[in-house]
Amino acid sequence: MTLLFDLALVAWLIALAGHIAMTREDRNAIVAFIAFGLLLGLAWVRLSALDVALTEVAIGGGVTGVLLLSAEAHLRKPLAQDSAQDRPHDGRRRLGNVGTIAAALASAAVTAGLALAVLALPTPAPTLAPVAAAALDTTGLGNPVTAVLLAYRALDTLLEKVVLLLALVGVWSLAPDRTWGGAPSLAPAVAPEPLVYLARVLPPIGVVIAVYMFWVGADAPGGTFQAGTVLAAMWLIVMLAGLRQPPDTAHRVLRLLLVGGPALFLAVGFLGFFIADGFLSYPEPIAKPLILGIEAALTLSIAATLAMLVAGPAQKAPEP
Amino acid sequence: MTAALTPTTLFGLGGAALVGIGLFMVITHPSLLRRVVGFNLIGAGIFLVFGVIARRGAAAGFAGDPVPQALVITGIVVAFSATALAVALLRRLFDLTGRRDFDSEAPSASQSRGEP
Repeated sequence: MTLLFDLALVAWLIALAGHIAMTREDRNAIVAFIAFGLLLGLAWVRLSALDVALTEVAIGGGVTGVLLLSAEAHLRKPLAQDSAQDRPHDGRRRLGNVGTIAAALASAAVTAGLALAVLALPTPAPTLAPVAAAALDTTGLGNPVTAVLLAYRALDTLLEKVVLLLALVGVWSLAPDRTWGGAPSLAPAVAPEPLVYLARVLPPIGVVIAVYMFWVGADAPGGTFQAGTVLAAMWLIVMLAGLRQPPDTAHRVLRLLLVGGPALFLAVGFLGFFIADGFLSYPEPIAKPLILGIEAALTLSIAATLAMLVAGPAQKAPEP
Repeated sequence: MTAALTPTTLFGLGGAALVGIGLFMVITHPSLLRRVVGFNLIGAGIFLVFGVIARRGAAAGFAGDPVPQALVITGIVVAFSATALAVALLRRLFDLTGRRDFDSEAPSASQSRGEP
C-alpha cells in the first residue's frame, strides 16, 4: 500500500519535472515548480526527514516560488505591447536537432550513472547516527539534526550564513548608482483586496508558528531555517500588500539585523578558544543556552536576509 | 549491485531522473529564467539522493542519519541564495539590454527602450 503511494509520488514528481521542462509559458512552469516543491516535501516525509521536509516546503516551494514569479512578471512587462517579441518559447531553435539529441543523451547518461550509484550503495549503509546519538547528551539538545547544524558541524552553518550575506551583497550591488542605498520596490501600484486582507490576518498567526518552530527545533523537527523562512514570508506578504514599505537598503537597523546573527555566531565561536576546547566549541554546562541564543539571533538574520533577497536590489533613490 | 528495489531506493532513482531533466533544461532551454528553474530541479534531485543515503543510515534509534539531512538543509538554503543572485542578474540584464532568452537575435536596447 505504501509502496503504491511512493510509486505514485515519484511518478508525479518526474511528470511535473517533465511538464516544467516542456511547457511553453514560463509562468506555467513556475506554478508547476511550486506544486513540485510541495510534493517534494511529501517525499521528504516519506524519507523520514521532517526537518528537511519543512525546509523544502518553505524555501523550495514557497520563497523560491515568490522570487521566480515576481521575476517572470518583471521580464514580461516592458515587451508586452510588442507582439513580435512576446512569442512564447517553442522548439529548441538555438541548438538544432543534433545539439538537442546530444544534450538529451548526455543528460540521460548522468541520470543512468546516478541511478547505478543509488542501486550500488553499500549494505550495510555507512552511518554517523550512532556517533551523533552518543554526543547528543553533551549538547543538551534532543533533535540530532539541530545538533549537527549548530554543534557538530557548526562551521558549515556559519559559512552558509556568510554565503547568504554574500548573495545579498551581490544582489544589492546590481542597483544603479542613483538608487544605491535606497529601498527595493515590491508592491504593485494597486494591491488586490484579498492580498491586503491576508496580509492583515496571516502575520500574527505566522509569527506564532515561527516562534514555535524555533523553540521546538531543539528537541523536535523545526529550527532556525524553517522559523526564519516563515518570518520572512510574513514580512514579504506585508510588503507585497503595500501595508509597509521595504526599508532602505542602507538603513542601519536593517544592516545590523542582517549581520547580527552571523556576528554573534562568530563571536561565540572565537569565545570557544577561552571558555571551551577551541573554535566553535561550547562549554558543556551552558551549551544549550548558548545554542538557543545563537539560534534566536540567526532566525532574525535569516528572516531579514531571505526577505531582502526576494525584494531585490534598490529601485528608489534613498531618502535623505 | 544486488540492492533490492526498496521504496527508499525508488526515491533515489526518482532523484536521478530529476537531475537528468534539470540538466537537459539548463543546456537546451532558450528561456534564461527556465534555466534557473532547471538548476533548482538538479538541486532537488541531488538532495533526494542524499535523502536516500540518510534514510539508509538509520541507526541508534533515529529514522535517518542526521548528518546528510543537515547537509541537505544547508544545501537548500545555499541553492536559494544562488537562485536569488541569478534572478537578480537576469533582471538587470533584461533592464539593460531587453534580453530574456538565448534566441539568436536579442532585441537591441534601443528597440525595446526607445532611442536614447
